[in-house]
Amino acid sequence: MKISLWIVFVLLPTMLTVNANADGPPQSPPSRAVFESTRPVNRTGKIDRLVVDSLDSLGIKPVLCSDAVFIRRAYLDTIGTLPTATEVRQFLAAPNTANKRIRLINRLLDREEFADYWAMKWSDVLRIKAEFPINLWPNAAQAYHHWVRTSIAQNKPYDQFARELLTSSGSNFRVAPVNFYRAVQNKTPEGLAGAVALTFMGSRADSWPAERLDGMAAFFSRVGYKPTSEWKEEIVFWDPMHESIDAANFAPGSAVPGKVAELKTNDEGSSSKQRPTMAVFPGGRKVKISADVDPRTQFADWLIRDENPYFARSIVNRVWAWIVGRGIVEPADDFRHDNPAAHPELLAYLEKEFINSDYDLKSLYRMILSSQVYQFSSLPDSKQLSDSKQPDLKNGGVALMAHYPVRRLDAEVLIDAVNQITGTNDLYTSAIPEPFTYIPRDQRAIAIADGSITSPFLALFGRSARATGMADERNNKPVPAQWLHMLNSSHIQTKLERGGKLRNIFTAKSLPRKKIEELYLTILSRYPTEDELKIAMSYPKTRGKFRWEDGIDISWALINSTEFLYRH
Amino acid sequence: MNRQPNNPSQAGISRRQTLRCGAVGATGVMLSGGVQGQAFAAEAASAKAVRSNAKAKTVIQIFLWGGMSHNDTWDPKPKAGRDYTGEFSGVISTNVPGTQLGELFPSLSKQADKYSLIRSMTHGNNGHETAAYLMQTGHLPGERLAYPSVGAVFSLFKGRDYDGIIPPYVVLTKPQGRFSEEGFLGPKFKPFATGGDPNAARFAVEGVVAKNISDDRQKARRRLLEKMDSLGATMPQLESAIATKEEAYELILGRGKEVFDLSMEDDKLRDRYGRHTFGQECLVARRMVETGVPYIVINYPGGWDTHKNHFQTMRRQVPQLDQGLAALLEDLSDRGLLDSTIVWCSGEFGRGPKVDWQPPWNGGRNHYGKVFSVLVAGGGFQGGHVVGASDDKGETVKERPVYPVDLLGSIYTLAGIDPHAKLPHPLGVDAQVLPQPSETVKSGGLLTEIM
Repeated sequence: MKISLWIVFVLLPTMLTVNANADGPPQSPPSRAVFESTRPVNRTGKIDRLVVDSLDSLGIKPVLCSDAVFIRRAYLDTIGTLPTATEVRQFLAAPNTANKRIRLINRLLDREEFADYWAMKWSDVLRIKAEFPINLWPNAAQAYHHWVRTSIAQNKPYDQFARELLTSSGSNFRVAPVNFYRAVQNKTPEGLAGAVALTFMGSRADSWPAERLDGMAAFFSRVGYKPTSEWKEEIVFWDPMHESIDAANFAPGSAVPGKVAELKTNDEGSSSKQRPTMAVFPGGRKVKISADVDPRTQFADWLIRDENPYFARSIVNRVWAWIVGRGIVEPADDFRHDNPAAHPELLAYLEKEFINSDYDLKSLYRMILSSQVYQFSSLPDSKQLSDSKQPDLKNGGVALMAHYPVRRLDAEVLIDAVNQITGTNDLYTSAIPEPFTYIPRDQRAIAIADGSITSPFLALFGRSARATGMADERNNKPVPAQWLHMLNSSHIQTKLERGGKLRNIFTAKSLPRKKIEELYLTILSRYPTEDELKIAMSYPKTRGKFRWEDGIDISWALINSTEFLYRH
Repeated sequence: MNRQPNNPSQAGISRRQTLRCGAVGATGVMLSGGVQGQAFAAEAASAKAVRSNAKAKTVIQIFLWGGMSHNDTWDPKPKAGRDYTGEFSGVISTNVPGTQLGELFPSLSKQADKYSLIRSMTHGNNGHETAAYLMQTGHLPGERLAYPSVGAVFSLFKGRDYDGIIPPYVVLTKPQGRFSEEGFLGPKFKPFATGGDPNAARFAVEGVVAKNISDDRQKARRRLLEKMDSLGATMPQLESAIATKEEAYELILGRGKEVFDLSMEDDKLRDRYGRHTFGQECLVARRMVETGVPYIVINYPGGWDTHKNHFQTMRRQVPQLDQGLAALLEDLSDRGLLDSTIVWCSGEFGRGPKVDWQPPWNGGRNHYGKVFSVLVAGGGFQGGHVVGASDDKGETVKERPVYPVDLLGSIYTLAGIDPHAKLPHPLGVDAQVLPQPSETVKSGGLLTEIM
């Protein structure tokens, strides 16, 4: 019954689409078995029990993904990197034990690329960018990224990570976390408070009542900035006596001594004259600002504790959103009373576990990545297909948890994957040529420190502008220009034609079907089905006789397939 | 059962919606940057700032990067002496009595009734990038915000009602650089740079026309992709990806590509435009005007930053500028398109009226933003006039100064865009298309005398 329904819902629209697009013959039905596993969902962990129970009550029976889907998904989500053909072969050939997938996760969490990939995600949040509009400047951007990456590689406890960002003082070159207060466009106390709320409380201060923001801003009213005689060095410090130039007057880009730009918006404000003496925690408690204690420390003490209603909750939600593709509160940085969690018990459970682990981020990753929920299939079931235009949000979005959400690969991950497949690389540059922006040719895009170092590809495919630090600053929505680039640009075509790796596959002394198989393992991280082999084998004009050009076209089709372009 | 996900009419509507959301107009230049919500709200508001009955539908901007000498071209001073005229002391009379051009413009002199010359353009800035920023945005460089260029502003305001296949803001062929792009509007408003060379046997427009791939192979590939896309076929939620891919293919295999196919033009007409890159760029620009592309930039293929070898460079480049620009104006006029198309041509500044004979320049001209010339035509600008004047040597504004806000404000006004409309800033910062005149932002008023 399920199968026949599925044919009605899947195949029919498929044929319509195909006929609308081109005059090709209708395609053979894709094999669900390629993407899904027959293994039943078990409820070993608490995450699984919570989610599967909720889905049960809605009558939804989730299905697990296949091993081939899992290895690709796990690599992309854990280390932002595509598995190689060899890695795929080994994983698929390994005995099908219950721990097979969990062992893979454990191996991935120890990889070097883990730190690269998550430093990239954090750099979006922390706005690590040398030039406009953040203007950290190249040296500081590198120092900041290095600190973030090292913290991740060492698995620094998250409470410590946050405390260092919130309370450090010193040079932007030498005490890298002070750059947190520099990487804000609006360096008024309100602007800084907004950045803190977004980063560590998952809350957008522009939706707050004004007095709440003012109360919190007071904690950041003693942040001082001053230049040094070293080029583009800047000291961030606790400034109770107000010795520094007014932060608000300190226009980005004026870290050069003696050059302070004026700001129109500050004409009436004169916040420098009347600085607040009372600060108010977002919970309502008031505290006096004294000359003895850095108020940033007072704020950090309030924020970073187990009972704080924002701190742990916002980070577990952020990590869930990063890995599973959709926050329990979504967008992940928009906690509001009128934006409820899809599954409050799950959020509370993750929060509790995270606090119990002493803010151990890696064990949080491990917990989520090892769950069955993470392994849910991305294929819509027949019921969802018929409702595809209106995803069911009635049940607080819990129903959406039944499927791993399909998302296009991030710009950096996508180009790294294309380069890995073809054995090519890209050039990344900054508009401002400086020594710190020199990038070796084999640098991977996920490891780029500075958001100002870029390429046309990264810009086109929606890499975060790192201007606000908001989660939706990264944009993976498709636009035609991206298709023009993937389908038909000289950039991609040159990679396919000149890249040594694809050529090696095609010039190897092996049967054509072996070559196709190797392409599938390299690009889609799985073996082709018999049907797919047939399609590929019949592509050359002289059936079965491959020219190099045919190899390019088949590779081209695979990298332009949904299966390659998307996490699924 | 009767709720077919791919019901054609539904699909059609939602595809259009997708495009509205995902892009400007049908093809949308580039991806969108972040903070969509606010941007859309402001975009929606911006629709009100556009008059639909505006005269100018399209703009062609010919940008002479580096800065072209005004003395040697459109503001000749034949009596100023050799220190000023250098090697070009001759002038040509035009078909408008009383108006003369430098000796290098035999073709343009026959079209003078179609354009007006501003000879009192001024901003006083002598740095390439800062001056270019001024001429492209109207805003003073060094402010906290990086404003979008005039093309990006057109893309924002006019792109909404434009549903052509070609992106709304196109640059032939290479982008102008970082001070003439989308500013804070985000990468969605970046210009689409064609790449390639329209004077080559095949104009290889990046992403649209691939150099070594025949149409047959292109079609075979597309069929192969459709057959091999097993997962995509099961994913109705990826409809916008499919819709945008179809849009891309309309460019690659459909009508879009034809716009760039100059072999469809008469050989004689192609000769008239000139068989060089600039001439053929002008011809492509006209073809884009016919499809309604709101803003087209021809980034002149060759620099005008003639500190050295000034006179040689002028002898080489000006005849091509003369031929291409004259042919464009005449052709647009013949086809009745000039009334709805603004053509403007200028560098970021002029060049020193006094020749630098001394080493190391040995006969060059330096940057000069104090006074220079701009050509404007069509779209509501009257032809045959001269606005303002420089002094006897071309060193200062003698009468009627025209500042960047005046020039850009006039272009916006003719296109029906309110020059002081609000721009959507991702952080909600108050920002306008052009700054209000003030002590620092000087204005001589819109070019009403020729509008």
